[in-house]
Amino acid sequence: MSDEIEYTGICKTCSHAPTCAYRKRSDKPIWYCEEFDNYIPAPKKSTSSGLISILEDIQARYGYLPEGSLRVVAEKTNRSLVDIYGVATFYRAFSLKPRGKHLISVCLGTACHVRGAPAIAEEFQQQLGIRAGETTSDKEFTLETVNCLGACALGPIVVADGHYFSSVKASMVNSIIEKTLAGLDKVEIKTDQRVFPVEVSCSRCNHSLMDTRHLIDGYPSIRVTVSFNHKHGWLALSSLYGSDNVDSEYPIPLDTIVNFFCPHCHTELIGSSDCAECGAPMIPMIVRGGGVVQICSRRGCKGHMLDLSGTIID
Amino acid sequence: MIRLTINGLEISVEEGTTILEAAKFYGFPIPTLCYMEGLSPYGACRLCVVEIGEGPKARLVTSCTYPVEEGLKVRTASSRVIKARKMILELLLASCPQSKTIQDLAAAHNVRRQRFKQEYEDCILCGLCVRMCEEQMMAKAIGFQGRGENRSIGTPFNIKSDICRLCGGCIYICPACQLRCTYTEPEKAICGGCANLSPPCLEKEQFDDMMCYMEPCVACEIKKD
Repeated sequence: MSDEIEYTGICKTCSHAPTCAYRKRSDKPIWYCEEFDNYIPAPKKSTSSGLISILEDIQARYGYLPEGSLRVVAEKTNRSLVDIYGVATFYRAFSLKPRGKHLISVCLGTACHVRGAPAIAEEFQQQLGIRAGETTSDKEFTLETVNCLGACALGPIVVADGHYFSSVKASMVNSIIEKTLAGLDKVEIKTDQRVFPVEVSCSRCNHSLMDTRHLIDGYPSIRVTVSFNHKHGWLALSSLYGSDNVDSEYPIPLDTIVNFFCPHCHTELIGSSDCAECGAPMIPMIVRGGGVVQICSRRGCKGHMLDLSGTIID
Repeated sequence: MIRLTINGLEISVEEGTTILEAAKFYGFPIPTLCYMEGLSPYGACRLCVVEIGEGPKARLVTSCTYPVEEGLKVRTASSRVIKARKMILELLLASCPQSKTIQDLAAAHNVRRQRFKQEYEDCILCGLCVRMCEEQMMAKAIGFQGRGENRSIGTPFNIKSDICRLCGGCIYICPACQLRCTYTEPEKAICGGCANLSPPCLEKEQFDDMMCYMEPCVACEIKKD
């Protein structure tokens, strides 16, 4: 995308928005902000591509494509609205209607179909009181049917908020709905094998960052100093790899990018890489026993990286 | 100049010409529906199919979009082409049975009988109106939306477009919108004559010069539903 579109410059609106992760990155600017919708750089050629990724950004942010946003995109990219509407209605991944908080997709592909997927879809329709493609009136669930998810051997497949349920029977529908409503992203810290404690130290002074007096999830926490929005205070992170529980002196608003400091040598913990999820700078810390763990500096972003053979490159 | 053969006649045309333009220039008739001079060729209706190549390598291509090649051998009316065209017309007729343009084309190809169940979609998605709006009227007020069987033509969000100047170009050019078979109101009929000797829906004494191309009559089929 960046090869074809010549941006007119780094986003000006982002200098007013300290939360913007892309403010340092001219190659990956945001395309549409609700607050600052003036910034979608005009491509030089009207034929240049990139429309789908713009629409994907909007869809990721709002869950659907609002009519107003399509008009803004049309204006900013020098395309006619009808072209953009055509693309938006062509792909099933895009929705023009507001969708619920939770998305449930029932696979009706051939393999799932012969294993009884239509009955599953029917059961979901009954229990949610909506038909496929609709959203419940409380905006909690959107039900859709898809034609294949590529996991035919596990059929019938149901995907709820990105979590796959395999060999679904009609009797499991109720529990899937309940689990989805409770939140599927919650990790069972006690039983999940992917969660384990790590001990880390500062990448500069190698002083341990572990705080044995402050426990989070039952383990010693990782204590660092943070600064954001002219506030400075302590922050305690769970030392469990996989848990994202934190305590902090000041509440940190979501999406804020926080600067991390070592409480011992007071140097800023900052690495050279950026978060693959959101583009914010990554915070490197040394793992006792070898390796580097990096966490995203944005509040709410779960981007992280554990490299047990890695060293820190400045 | 590029030399090619159309129906055995050796001709030479300039590079970049399409087979359709070359054939028209040399007087070989090729029926078209979605082709219009002044609009970019689109290849939607497939009516202008011709056969190129020889022997087992022969294949059907849309002549309106196929640029001439050196040594190309084109047949515009081989039995394979005629068969394909007839089939295409029957399918077009099934989705737009009322269109006089399609009825006339069908009759000219000796298609008098409707083999397929009529669908009355009233649009064959030929894209003439979309191209007219974009290329001649410079408006881009209408376009395709949806996909597959849900594909349709309309304005964004299906509300009145603020770009549309109501020029009427889309309706003027549409082969299905305006020239409609008017069934049992022969005074308004555009064609003025049909080829069905006993049109079942007309009173024979009063309109003895009226006949219908189609059998069964489109109007009577609609009445039955």
